[in-house]
Amino acid sequence: MLLNLVRLFSTFFKIGLFSIGGGYAILPMIKEQVVLAKHWLTSQDFTDIITISQMTPGPIAVNTSSFVGIRVAGIPGAVVATVGCVISGFTISILLYRFFQKKSDSSYMSAVLDGLKASSSGLVLSAAFSILLLTLFGTDEHVVLSSFQLPAAILFGTAVLLLRKFKKPPVFVIVFTGIVGLLIY
Amino acid sequence: MNKDILKQYAWLFRVNLIVSAFTFGGGYVVVPMLKKHFVTNRHVLSEKELFDIAAIAQSSPGAIAINLSALTGYRIARLKGAVISCIAAILPPLILLSIISAGYQAFRSSHIVSAVLLGMQAGAAALIVDYITDMCRIILKKKSLFLTLMVPAAFLSNLVFHINAMLILILCSVLCLFKVWLHKKRRCQTCS
Repeated sequence: MLLNLVRLFSTFFKIGLFSIGGGYAILPMIKEQVVLAKHWLTSQDFTDIITISQMTPGPIAVNTSSFVGIRVAGIPGAVVATVGCVISGFTISILLYRFFQKKSDSSYMSAVLDGLKASSSGLVLSAAFSILLLTLFGTDEHVVLSSFQLPAAILFGTAVLLLRKFKKPPVFVIVFTGIVGLLIY
Repeated sequence: MNKDILKQYAWLFRVNLIVSAFTFGGGYVVVPMLKKHFVTNRHVLSEKELFDIAAIAQSSPGAIAINLSALTGYRIARLKGAVISCIAAILPPLILLSIISAGYQAFRSSHIVSAVLLGMQAGAAALIVDYITDMCRIILKKKSLFLTLMVPAAFLSNLVFHINAMLILILCSVLCLFKVWLHKKRRCQTCS
């Protein structure tokens, strides 16, 4: 039991530490550790987790750690694996933040921060583009015009309007689109 | 302990719990959610501060959403705030995935679940578009062609050329460093 917990922690610590950039770039890393090295999941299980992660809140690394942790060592396993997964990001991001705060008067530091902001905007844009394609065409690769989903497009337009014009809170918009989804699909 | 501080901790916990429970479609949706709570409603952060925090969260390892929660918590109530926010952000996926892990065959094949989630996807897309509009406005305000061009450059290299996100972040920071260095060097030559 204790050995399992230690293994869970060290494996997900590694995954957390090396999953830089976030999103789906870290999937190969998780697969290599959890499926190929430790045999905690089958390949099919792993594909299912990706699907589930797209439909449930939370980052995919955290979702995988909870899912695997509870299978390997019950609730303590889920907690240990999840903590292992987030601890490095937690520590390093706070250290980075303090570093930037202290050096914020240096023109070099603000230049780095400017570069990070501009490029991260581009990355967010890229993520947004994928989600938008997924919403409007049902896929984010091999997009064909005939698969355009008019209801989804109208729902998306309404959501943008609710946010920008009527200044509705994000949670309201998410719940609203969820309810409409239930009614139209 | 001061009552106001306890109240602040409770507020941090509640906000992060709500935000985390409604984060569908990746860590980026968290930023507009946090903006609503921290910038628009409570004014405890400026938009620029949140923007700085988002850039740092993305440049650190680990899940962006968790790093974002930890950093906003840290900014408002130091280390205790960071720990509280982080725990609140982890709880919803931890509990939900533990339940799903027990009976995920039934969950996967449910039509109701997939219909609701398909609808929410459109909402998540709208949230991100809303956020990007604000973000691009801040960058345009700087009136630097160099920074403005960096946005579409990062966008294309990630989406079309599938270049690793971390590589893009590092490359852009180095470019900015180089630009400042060049600028300073030139100024020194003219003054001497």
